[in-house]
Amino acid sequence: MKSKNELLRENIIRTSGADVKKCMKCGKCSGTCPSYDEMEYHPHQFVYMVETGDIEPLLNSESLYKCLTCFACVDRCPRGVQPAKVVEAVRLAAIRQQGKNRLTPDGVEKYLDDEIPQQAIVSAFRKYTK
Amino acid sequence: MQVNEYKPLIVAFCCNWCSYAGADLAGNNRLNYPADVKIIRVPCSCRVNPAFVLRAYQRGADGVLICGCHPGDCHYTTGNYYTRRRMALLFSMLSYLGIEKERTRVEWISAAEGAKFAATMNEFVKTVTDLGKNRRLEDLRCKK
Amino acid sequence: MQQRIGVFVCHCGTNIAATVDVSAVAAALGREPGVVFARDYQYMCSQAGQDMIKDAIKEYKLTGIVVCSCSPRMHEATFRKTAAAAGINPYMVEIANIREQCSWIHKDKDEGTEKAIILGRAAIAKVCLNVPLTAGEIPVTKRALVIGGGIAGIQTALDIADAGFEVDIVEKKPTIGGKMAQLDKTFPTLDCAACILTPKMVDAGQNEKIHIYSYSEVVSVGGFVGNFTVQIKKKARYVDETKCTGCGLCTEKCPVKNVPNEFNLGMDTRHAVYIPFAQAVPKVATIDPNYCLMLKNGKCGLCSKLCGAGAINYKQEDEIIENKYGAIVAATGYNPISMDKFDEFAYSQSKDVITSLEFERLMNAAGPTGGVLLRPSDNEHPKTIVFVQCVGSRCSADAGKGKEYCSKICCMYTAKHAMLTREKYPDTDVYVFYIDVRTPGKNFDEFYRRAAEQYGVHYIKGMVGKVSPEGKKLKVRGSDLIADKQLHIDADLVVLAAAIEPDKTARPLATMLTASMDTNDFFTEAHPKLRPVESPTAGVFLSGCCQGPKDIPETVAQAGAAASKVIGLLCHDKLTANPCVAHSDEWMCNGCSSCENVCPYHAITYVEKEFRMPDRTTKIRRVASVNPAVCQGCGACTVACPSGAMDLFGFSGKQISAEVDAICR
Repeated sequence: MKSKNELLRENIIRTSGADVKKCMKCGKCSGTCPSYDEMEYHPHQFVYMVETGDIEPLLNSESLYKCLTCFACVDRCPRGVQPAKVVEAVRLAAIRQQGKNRLTPDGVEKYLDDEIPQQAIVSAFRKYTK
Repeated sequence: MQVNEYKPLIVAFCCNWCSYAGADLAGNNRLNYPADVKIIRVPCSCRVNPAFVLRAYQRGADGVLICGCHPGDCHYTTGNYYTRRRMALLFSMLSYLGIEKERTRVEWISAAEGAKFAATMNEFVKTVTDLGKNRRLEDLRCKK
Repeated sequence: MQQRIGVFVCHCGTNIAATVDVSAVAAALGREPGVVFARDYQYMCSQAGQDMIKDAIKEYKLTGIVVCSCSPRMHEATFRKTAAAAGINPYMVEIANIREQCSWIHKDKDEGTEKAIILGRAAIAKVCLNVPLTAGEIPVTKRALVIGGGIAGIQTALDIADAGFEVDIVEKKPTIGGKMAQLDKTFPTLDCAACILTPKMVDAGQNEKIHIYSYSEVVSVGGFVGNFTVQIKKKARYVDETKCTGCGLCTEKCPVKNVPNEFNLGMDTRHAVYIPFAQAVPKVATIDPNYCLMLKNGKCGLCSKLCGAGAINYKQEDEIIENKYGAIVAATGYNPISMDKFDEFAYSQSKDVITSLEFERLMNAAGPTGGVLLRPSDNEHPKTIVFVQCVGSRCSADAGKGKEYCSKICCMYTAKHAMLTREKYPDTDVYVFYIDVRTPGKNFDEFYRRAAEQYGVHYIKGMVGKVSPEGKKLKVRGSDLIADKQLHIDADLVVLAAAIEPDKTARPLATMLTASMDTNDFFTEAHPKLRPVESPTAGVFLSGCCQGPKDIPETVAQAGAAASKVIGLLCHDKLTANPCVAHSDEWMCNGCSSCENVCPYHAITYVEKEFRMPDRTTKIRRVASVNPAVCQGCGACTVACPSGAMDLFGFSGKQISAEVDAICR
């Protein structure tokens, strides 16, 4: 019988479609990440922690919502690991597990200003809700 | 119950220089493929007489594979080009005889492509297993 | 005659015995018709195992043996010798491959055992139809060809010539020397590359046994081991090599000065008539037809007027030379990969992002800056230099760019570059971004530690993610995995340790040589451990980076090894031919010429022969005749023959049919 954590790990790997075992720990993903300074856990740590099954800290981290999904790490990873997809899979798992959406229509208002394009709000809903 | 236990019988002719070495490499790397594949070593794929393929079907083989070097890389310069032409003719004859064309295949596998060898074998065995037993040409008198 | 077959099943330690029930295989095969002896043993290839085979052959009067063991590519020759030592024909041996093609790929013991029995049965069916064969002899041309004139080719040629054999070097560039001639210093002893290479180039140029075809290419290869026929195209260099003294007057006065200098990787220019570098061998000028005004539009002719030796010849044409060789050595070398797919490092956007080979030229006293380290963009001294390792090496196939292998030399030359920079310019900050530092070699790790400890090079475990040119600076963003920080460095110069790949000419050459290559276009060796300098194609040998990434010490060692293999081949007057050749049954041959047309070696000729017919008359018929010294035994003719007259020794129609029957039984 697989543990709950093991099932969670397998689920994340499956939904991300990424092979975390391919990572050779070069750190190019984190070297390239534009939101690096905003994040508590960095792209290479996401990949490593999913590989080792240390997923709990990631689920509760704000870092999940700091990834811009710019895919620079996916483009530049020499091993084809796709770190951004791993981050996204963990985020999805967090949203599903906690059962509540990160973003609600009521909560949007405080983010709005004249600069923010409508597209950003739409994609934020797509990303941060289940 | 019988259907699940069906194991096809597959004969693979492999040229000594590329595909046989590729099969060895698959072994060296411990890449699994079904035991249903039995390999016969030939010097070059052009040594494979279409009659050998027919004989295999007659004796009850369910699938036949002919493997050679990639076109242009033949150890004997041009052998695999002959194979390609001969087998094209054989394929039209086999389909005339009513043997499914998926049962016979020509593959180019180099000495460095152990992974490709194993993948090809896995996939071919699955194809032949799905097709089931070859009944069209099997000569039951050949069986004990 | 009734065959008496012996079957020997090898355990190969646990390699076979773990997934195949070897005693059951021996028992089952012992019951096959014709088999009079069957036994399993721990290591058949060991002396004890071979003795067991010899004893059994004598005691049971065996006429043929089947060894169920590893691949015939591994030990067929071993067991043939064993059989011959026991007094039976060596070609009465068949191998059933129950290791690579059975035990290693199957996990289920029942399945493995069943398959091993079937493979053994097929081998028994085949050996029952084997006939004793005697190998013929073929003469050896005592001359070797080395393709590529870098350090690998030069060393191979020198070693072969040393043993007294003639060697030709074919080099596509106007001079020999290759990549090593472009290097500045060499690790780990920091000798100057030119100081140790150019004496060897001179030796090669002056050696009576060595002939250099510079500015030439191999265009076709025919024949086989001991008897290759090679066509070499000597490209027109518009200068008579025999007259040119290499004075260099023409190269100074030529009015066309803006040709990118390939020897300095395009970082400066040369004239349309040029000698690549001062120590070139042969020291002969070459006219570049793409830039020469005389050759392009018939106006100029200055060099011809200046040349005191009268060596300039604008009418020179490509020349094809045909030579015979006994052995061929491939030494085609490497090139750095293109940086097109790695645009995050801004190689195409900034002149100050360079590859390591370009850095090598910048540091070289004969380079574009005369050995002073200056930025290519503005000729200023760089104060901060970032070296990035593994650019394009160790990439996964999924990444869709780069190479999967480790390029092997980058860690060491980057340490060398960093060290030399800090030594010459101590006020420079040097950063090296690394994934792993790989230094397995004599005095290699000590060298790398010296760079870090004595010279104060900043080694950072991590990778650069992005380089963006901003004004005169290059903004480098990379990760420091140990400190768990993202670093931002304002650099003046970024040096990329580009992966290396085989030269583009290697692939077409391999096709001509019928030598096999791996998926990266490196030549494959006959055995990765035991025959590392031989190609699986007999008579073709490998030297240097065409077989895999190598540094200079390794290349020189391999070049010597390849030379010794060539010498070993050339010192034979005759070679034993492969007796598994085609032969035709003259009574069945109908004289149709089908076999003659498909034979790639022209081994089949037709002869008029007198036959005594059953009614006692005589009749002259035209029948095929195979020259066994030329036939390589591919078997194309056997299938082409409509009357079934043509057959192949060792792989006869009956034998293969018997194998098919045995497998399908």
